[in-house]
Amino acid sequence: MIEFATLVNALDSTNKASLKKEAIIRFLTFAPEKDKLWFLALMTGKRPRRPISTKELKTWVLEITNIPEWLFVECYAAVGDLSETLALLLPPASEKINKSLSEWMEDILQLANASMAEKKAFVLTSWNRLNTIERFIFNKLLGGSFRLGVSSKGLINTIATHFQIEPSIVTHSIMGEWNSHDYAFDKLVRGEYSNTNLSKPYPFCLAYPIEKEVEELGLIAEWQCEYKWDGIRGQLIKRGDEIFIWSRGEELVTIQFPEITDALKKWKGSFVLDGEILAAKDGQILNFNELQKRINRKLISKTLREEVPIVVYLYDLLELDGKDLRSESLQNRRKLLEQLYQHNVGPTILLSPLISCENWADLRILQLASRELNSEGIMLKKKDSIYYVGRKKGGWWKWKVNPMTIDAVLIYAQKGSGRRSAHYTDYTFAVKDGDHLVSIAKAYSGLTDKEILEVSRYIRQNALEKFGPVRTVKPELVFEIAFEGIGYSKRHKSGVALRFPRILRWRRDKKAADIDTLENIKKLIT
Amino acid sequence: MIQFTSKGIYCIPGKFYLEPWQPVDLAIITHGHADHARPGMKKYLCHHFTVGILKSRIGPDIQVEGLAYNQSIHINGVKISLHPAGHIIGSAQIRMEYKGKVTVFTGDYKLQDDGLSTPFEPVKCHELITESTFGLPIYRWESVEMQNQRLNAWIMHNQGYKKTSVFIGYSLGKSQRILNAVKDMGEIYVHYSIAKLNIAYSDAGINLPSYQIIDPTTDMKHLDGKIVLLPPALLDTQLLQKIPHVAYAICSGWMQIRGARRWRSADAGFAISDHADWNGLLQAVKESGAEKVYVTHGQTASFSKYLNEIGVEAEEVNTNYGEELSV
Ligand SMILES: [Zn+2]
Ligand SMILES: [Zn+2]
Repeated sequence: MIEFATLVNALDSTNKASLKKEAIIRFLTFAPEKDKLWFLALMTGKRPRRPISTKELKTWVLEITNIPEWLFVECYAAVGDLSETLALLLPPASEKINKSLSEWMEDILQLANASMAEKKAFVLTSWNRLNTIERFIFNKLLGGSFRLGVSSKGLINTIATHFQIEPSIVTHSIMGEWNSHDYAFDKLVRGEYSNTNLSKPYPFCLAYPIEKEVEELGLIAEWQCEYKWDGIRGQLIKRGDEIFIWSRGEELVTIQFPEITDALKKWKGSFVLDGEILAAKDGQILNFNELQKRINRKLISKTLREEVPIVVYLYDLLELDGKDLRSESLQNRRKLLEQLYQHNVGPTILLSPLISCENWADLRILQLASRELNSEGIMLKKKDSIYYVGRKKGGWWKWKVNPMTIDAVLIYAQKGSGRRSAHYTDYTFAVKDGDHLVSIAKAYSGLTDKEILEVSRYIRQNALEKFGPVRTVKPELVFEIAFEGIGYSKRHKSGVALRFPRILRWRRDKKAADIDTLENIKKLIT
Repeated sequence: MIQFTSKGIYCIPGKFYLEPWQPVDLAIITHGHADHARPGMKKYLCHHFTVGILKSRIGPDIQVEGLAYNQSIHINGVKISLHPAGHIIGSAQIRMEYKGKVTVFTGDYKLQDDGLSTPFEPVKCHELITESTFGLPIYRWESVEMQNQRLNAWIMHNQGYKKTSVFIGYSLGKSQRILNAVKDMGEIYVHYSIAKLNIAYSDAGINLPSYQIIDPTTDMKHLDGKIVLLPPALLDTQLLQKIPHVAYAICSGWMQIRGARRWRSADAGFAISDHADWNGLLQAVKESGAEKVYVTHGQTASFSKYLNEIGVEAEEVNTNYGEELSV
């Protein structure tokens, strides 16, 4: 595992893209073929099922180290990563071993059918043969998410440079399903297996937030304007008679949306569509919180289907009857999309409506009111733009409505991870509910280092209670919290859930008496 | 014997303070770091090696008296002596004895022998006042040899790419330790703030390897492949950017954690600390034989809770030590 450990260490210890690239290329040059494939699989989220739960790993570490549970919790809070916490707590290894990444992965795959005693023996023996960084990697391989300080896009670009091919070819080639047994790394990334695989989606074309005034974009007639919907961006693929639904996170979500599959079965032709999966009732798009109920469910019950009905708003057509349309202009693609839709009209899969405005001023009015439709703002797409890979400036812009803000008071604080473990950086905020305070949002610090220091000192001196790493604080410090959306939620004590809350600024000019009331906040829900 | 006041830790019969953060008549100082030795005291008492450091940091005219390790004096009937703390040069634990009862204040300390500071010596006492900067079991330092090997391997790697290896560490203690560790790896340049404190080491008779002072006004091209030592205050400044082919590493115990390495976004992080790790803290508490432990700064809540669970009565106290957010 030495090449892989060196790579992880290098990626971990720098923020410079050039050094990361250097390290990845070194790995691609020297690592065994199968290790490269496993690396690619792990980095792009294609991992085997975890054979052992993290709860078990934790229990074994507590047994070995003999530290109390609460102290483990403190350590985890300071480190912020479970695999790393486990690796750091274990006593130094007394033996050594050198297995390649793929050998470790084969061992781990074997574990799926092993008894718990066998699993435990394997893990304990392995821990005792690995140093801290190897142990950390081993724990990551056993389960949990694998993030290495390099995005999959960064990795793809590096591979593309190394093999002197287009990044889009690499992206396309490694999406979908493949394994380390039957594939060769070079052939895979060069796309030599691609055509055989029906499920393969295209990389999504993404938009940058608009940085200037819309008026500076030129003639409005050159732009296709539509609402920016707040759902799950997805690709609907029908090739032959097979249907696949991919989310933007490159996950297959086909089984989670049976009504889309049913609708697509009736559609004629072979195609790849880009659209937004949304919850909707009676022609109205529902709050994102409704859609949330359907995410990450293995089984979609009939009740849930009726409670949260799904529609898809189509944005684009990427492939038709085997032909890749991405280098066609948006205008042409939209025309073909509309034609395809005309042959297949139904209640579930709809066209995302276009907005036609004579001038930017009219569009501004619609943009400001877009939240009333549960939309996040407006998408501006150049009519002559091709369907780019990833984010590219100029063709597509997202024009979001300003975030909503509230004033709330700090009530709980928790220490951050790593160097920040000496300071309180994770906060919970509350608003007024009658005579009481009710917690409304959790936010990690958006404060400067100096403010963190000051808030931390305040917390140390004004802590009312301690629950493990959490401190209850005298409610005095007021902060302005920004968020992107709001909806009713049964899971939250306040009855509402904020989407993407963050600290906008510390309102030193305000007192706890000035904070918002829950009643007023509920009025923001459409 | 001891009272924790808003000015600092007060020795009641002795009528003096231990490292106060507000002006008092007599302050006994464990070592020369800024959060422990503050300006404004009428008189300072510390180890001989710390005298020069205090004068250079606080002012040449301060009234300061030096003591040797294990030498005892009496103040208002309290017997006082200093004992090696192994933290940096001149760092001392303060032992106070009054009517047969012994209290020890550790200041900052480490059990590892860094090859420069006088190594830590356990002192028996009834009451121990200890730090706990790295008081969580995730902090376990590698041996000094291993740490030095890692520094040297990193320099070698950089030299392969003709890069300048820049180490960031406290100017007092950490820098001299790095200087000593990398002495055979090439030409060394240090920032003048470090050079100033190097003098305290040579005055104490400690031989440091030869180095040159970096001149920020000149072209830095000539630094390719060489070694540079800078204090943390220069981390986000122009100087670092002026060095054309730079790779820089932070040397600090916090670098034990990946999140911290990433947050500081250096090219490398080395978990090298002048503080005791978890096992070091526990060992120091056990070897002191103390019946009661006060925990002054760092992971005070966790460390004191753990001590209580293993049968050592402990309590956290609020002090102003260890208050900087940077490295
Ligand atoms: Zn210190
Ligand atoms: Zn300190």
